[in-house]
This record gives sequence, structure tokens and C-alpha cells, in this order.
Amino acid sequence: MRVSSPSLPATVARPLLGRAAVARRAEAVVIPVGALLVGFAIFSVFLLLQGKSPTEFLSLVYRAGFGTAFSWQNTLSRAAPLLLAALCVALPARLGLVVIGGEGAIVLGGVGAGAAAVMLAGTPAALALPLMLVCAMVIGAVWIGAVGALRHFRGVNETIASLLMAYIAIALMNHLVEGPLRDPASLNKPSTAPLDDALRIGNLPGWDVHWGLAFGVVCCVLAWVLIEKTTWGFAARIAGGNVRAAQVQGLPVGWLIVGFTALGGAFAGMAGFFEVAAVHGSANASLAGGYGYTGILIAFLARHNPLAIIPVAVLLAGFEASSGLVQRRMDLPDATVLVLQGFVFLAILISDTLFGRFKFFAPERWSTRDGN
Amino acid sequence: MSIPPFSRRRFLSGTAALAGATAMPQLAFADGHAPLSVGFIYVGPKDDFGYNQAHAEGAAAVKAMEGVTVVEEENVAETIDVQKSMESMINFDETKLLFPTSFGYFDPHVLETAPKHPDVRFQHAAGLWSEGMPTNVGSYFGYIGMGQYLNGITAGHATTTKKIGFVAAKPIPQVLLNINSFLLGARQVDPEITCQVIFTGEWSLAVKEAEATNALADAGCDVITCHVDGPKVVMETAAGRDAYVCGYHANQSPLAPEKYLTGAEWNWAGVYTGMVQTVLDGGTIDNFVRGGLADGFIKMSPLGPAVSDASRAQFEATKAQIMAGGFAAIKGPLNDNSGNVIAAAGEGFAEDDIALESMDYLVEGVIGSTS
Repeated sequence: MRVSSPSLPATVARPLLGRAAVARRAEAVVIPVGALLVGFAIFSVFLLLQGKSPTEFLSLVYRAGFGTAFSWQNTLSRAAPLLLAALCVALPARLGLVVIGGEGAIVLGGVGAGAAAVMLAGTPAALALPLMLVCAMVIGAVWIGAVGALRHFRGVNETIASLLMAYIAIALMNHLVEGPLRDPASLNKPSTAPLDDALRIGNLPGWDVHWGLAFGVVCCVLAWVLIEKTTWGFAARIAGGNVRAAQVQGLPVGWLIVGFTALGGAFAGMAGFFEVAAVHGSANASLAGGYGYTGILIAFLARHNPLAIIPVAVLLAGFEASSGLVQRRMDLPDATVLVLQGFVFLAILISDTLFGRFKFFAPERWSTRDGN
Repeated sequence: MSIPPFSRRRFLSGTAALAGATAMPQLAFADGHAPLSVGFIYVGPKDDFGYNQAHAEGAAAVKAMEGVTVVEEENVAETIDVQKSMESMINFDETKLLFPTSFGYFDPHVLETAPKHPDVRFQHAAGLWSEGMPTNVGSYFGYIGMGQYLNGITAGHATTTKKIGFVAAKPIPQVLLNINSFLLGARQVDPEITCQVIFTGEWSLAVKEAEATNALADAGCDVITCHVDGPKVVMETAAGRDAYVCGYHANQSPLAPEKYLTGAEWNWAGVYTGMVQTVLDGGTIDNFVRGGLADGFIKMSPLGPAVSDASRAQFEATKAQIMAGGFAAIKGPLNDNSGNVIAAAGEGFAEDDIALESMDYLVEGVIGSTS
């Protein structure tokens, strides 16, 4: 172990060990979970004001989201695109960038996959599918990478740019599927030509959930390794913490920004690929399903930690899966679940200011007890 | 014996049991078989004064039937959401008859879900079913273009500028047929009338619908109709600009009572109660059902106060012709608006002519372009 200099603060000088490290981790779990509970408590007041029972609401959410095998398959099917959409927000966020236009990359990635399928007609699926995936990811990467490039080289605000580019992407998608890429047989719902059955991606074995879920989970793990365990990720976190310091250290800040935004866009493009190959079977206006926007919420709830995205995405997908049963049984409007999400989002954002305020979680407290 | 003190918990459980007991007769018949659960799924809000409200009014009529429970979900996207909403109804509500009402629900969502649930009947609103598709799927649709033709007749009488306007979502066959029918109806009154069309590009995009309506009013259109999911914005904006309006999908007269001429409405109440009754009686609904005004699939809103006597007379006479059958709104001699011949003199397309379902033109007199 290193010998620490007494002039440096203890937390910086010493690696956290044993109970001190546990305390730091516990803080990262307890505060968001507490915020979740506070958010639900406020929502309960809202329900009571409507004359509805919060316990009935909870039991319906549990039943429809997590209570049966069908509920789990419903929840996980909805979680699949959300995992990838959230990565499109979380990765740039580690560099301090708030990118909220992942919807654009999803939509254009889907169109890219659909167009690639048309061009690759007759190619064996083992070759065509990977090419469709690459096409979707490259388009997504270029789209969101451009947001990063605009930010770094031209000083354009990435939040506004990505949001406006999402509108452009949707307009472009409408133009393409109603014009150059339209299957003439798709009369009343303009779409690209339907994919061959060989190019349709089926479900995970034994599940009614498509492969996008497995890819999403793997991508979350890979993104976590990238951020937490590699020098690139370390450099990105430095740049996210203090961009001037990173530049002084000689880190390639521009390339980090473009690279991380492009990687996020590639994940969003992958979500578009699965929407086309696993769900819709062609690219059309249904691609703009709002996953990109739900992804923002998930990334913030997960505090931009790619591993935390997995449970948070499943939780929110479960809320959405239960929205129908809540509508049907409690006679509440479909926006009820959005109200809950809003309260939870606010509570989590506000709870960010609580980090470091609870002495109980302070590593020093536990380090000294260890006699560390 | 002392009277037990009042306990709120006991009181509540007692009233709950009472409520449960009174609810029981609705949940099961005397002979023990459960009521038929019918599910309706809408792509937008149930009270949009438009496409979804028309279906919800049909659902409300079904709700009033004996031996039926109705479950509904609104704002369900045309994604995996609708597949899971249908399966959620099947799993949690034992739904046996489903009406996923949005056009975009059919392919692939209904087609993927139906084979997994062979004991459930899927009824989809559009003329999409064909041989080879799952047999537990059915399509139904109405010839609402005739309603727009009748709208056009009242518009032709009401316009003073000889310019009428149409706010349209997308240039697809069904919408084009409505635009063409609206103009041709108006031209029965005065062949010099033109119809300006603006496409918004989306089924539901309030801002663009308002902009389009204002642009039409600025261009001098004094009767305006539309084909978007929810006509509310178009109706209110047009009436606010002192233009007359013709409705679509549902009855919008409450939105503009003075300016509303008439409207082309779906009559899903009649269609749905008929289909549910067929299932209750143990029968099978045909896989492919269509109808027009004569079959009760379509109806017209009551004529508004601004409709003149001459207008009313021509409206009623034409309606009677349509009801009699074989009436062709699209008939020659007719060119499209870039000069190509659509129909020679003596040719015509009746409402059930399959050629109308791949319409890709705007007729002469329509100002606008499909691309």
C-alpha cells in the first residue's frame, strides 16, 4: 500500500478499502432508491386526490409488470430498446454532454437497416443481418457523432442540436419511406419493402422476447467496462469532470467527445435495427416510438452508470407494461404512468444534491474505524 | 351482549363485501358462464373528436349490451406496445374478441399475435385481410369517401369564393379518395369550384393542422374539411377564421355549431354491436366485411343551420341515390390534375370498386400534389 502524504485529504490519498468502499457504494444505492420511494409517495398523494388507492395501483403494477411469466416477457420486450436508447444518453453524459436526441439515431438506424435489407436481397442471412446491423450502427454513430463534433469544433450546444436533429431525422425518415425507399405495395402505410423471413430476428429461445434484449444487456456491460476499466473511459471521465484540466493533461478531448457521442449513437442505431428486424419487419413511421425520450429518463435515473441502466430500464418498462391494466382496472388515463415517471424523475434529480451530505456514508468515518 | 364499537376497518371490509356481492351478477350468469370480454385498443385519446372517438362510441354501444364486458386502452403506439396490450387483455381479462382499431396495428402486430391465440378473434378496422392470413383475423371497413362526396355538395352550396380547402394527413389512397370525392361533390353544384389541399405529413400534429387551416383560409377557401386523426384543431381554427366546416370521422358540430355544415361519420356502434351479437350467438364473423351508407357503416352528421334549402334538397337526393347502390362518385369524363385521363365518358368507379383502393392521383380541380 502506498504511503499517504498527511497534507492530502484522506479520500484522495487512500484507495477506499473494506467498509469504507461499501459505504460509498451503499450511498450510491440508498439515495436513488430513497428518491424513488419519495417520488412514489408524492404520486400516492396524487392518486388519493383522484380518489384512487395507491395500494391497488402498486399491486396492479406488480401483477402486470412482474407478477406472471407473461408480465416479465411484456416488461423485457419493452426494456430491450430502452437499454440501448439509454446508453445513447449515458455515454456522452460521462463527458459532461447532455444529448437528448437519441430518437433520431434510432429512427435513421431503422431506416438504414430497412434500406440495407432491400439492397442485400438474395444475400444469405448470415451475411446480410450483420451488414444491416453495421449499417444501422454507422448511421446512428454519424448522426450523434455529428452532435459531438458540432459541440467540440463549432461550440454548438449539444442538447439543442441533438433535439433539433431528432426532428430532422424523423422528417428525413418520412421522406425516405414515403418517397425513394417506399415499397409500392405499401399503400396506406408507407414502408420500405418487407424483410425476407430469413432476415427476421426471432425470439430468445423459450421466451417471447426478441434478441434485442440480450444485445442491450451485453452492450450495457461493455459500456460499463469501457468507462470504468479502460484508459479511454478514465480519460473521458476526466474530461467530463474538468475539460480544461483534461486539455492541460494533453488528453485528446475532441476525439473523446466525438468518439463517445458516436458510440452512443451506434447503440441507438442498433435499437433501430432491432425494431426493424425483430418487431416491424420493415422501416416505417412507427419507428418514432419515443424510446429515445424514455432513454433520457432511464440514463438520468441510472446516474449514467451503464450497469445501473439495466435494472432501471426493466423497472420503467414494467411501469409501461402495467399501464394498460391500470387503465382498465382503475379507470385512470394512460398518462398516469407518465405522472409517476415525472415525480420519480424530479425526486431523483433533486436527490443528486444529497450526495456527500450524509455523514453516515462518509468513507472517512468507516476508514478511521478500520484503523486504516 | 355489548354492541362492538364502530371499527372503520370492519366497516370498510363490510361495505367492500357488499359491493362485491352486488357486483357478482354482472360477473357471471346464472348458469355459470362468464360474460364475453371484448377489448378495444385506440392509437390516440378516446375523446379526440375523430378517428378514436368514433371507435370509442362503438365500444360504448357494445358496453350497453347484455352478457358483455368491455375493456379499453387508449394511446397505444403502433409498436410492440400494441402486441403486448392485446396479450395483456387476453391474459388478464380473458378477452376473446379484440378490436385493435388503428390502421398500423395490422401488419405485423395483429398478424404476429393472432396465431399465438387461436381461440381469440381479432377484428381490425381496415380492408387488409386476404386469403392465407390467420383465419381468426377479420377486417372491416366502410366506404367513407361517399360521405366526403356528400360533404362536398353542402360545401359547393356554401362557398362564395368557389374555393374549398382540405387538410390531409398523408397522400395515401384512402385520403386521396376523400379529397377527390369532396371536390367532385362540390363540382356537382358548380363545376368551377377548386379544392386546395395541404398535407401535414402526420396523422396527428396539431400545430401543422392549425397552420394548414390558416393557410387555406388565407388563400380564400371558405369551406374546409380534413382527414386527420383528430379534426378538432381544423374545425375550431377554420370556424375561427369564419370559414364553414365539414366534419370527418365523428360529429364535430359541438366545436363549431354555427359553421358546421355536415360531416362524414363512421357508424361503428351499429357495426360493433352486430359483430358482438354474432359471437354471442355462437356464430363466426366473416373475415372480410365492408359497407357504406346503405349498410349502416357510414352516417352523415345532421345538417347544420347554415345549410340552405337548395343544398339540403340536393344532399338528400344524392344520398338517396347512393343508398340505392351502384352510385359512382369518380366517373368520366375525368382527368387528374396533371392532365392524365382517369376515366373516359361513361366509365365510373362504384364505391366498392377495388381500383379505388390504389388511388394515387388528385383529380382535375384539386390544387396540390401527392409528392
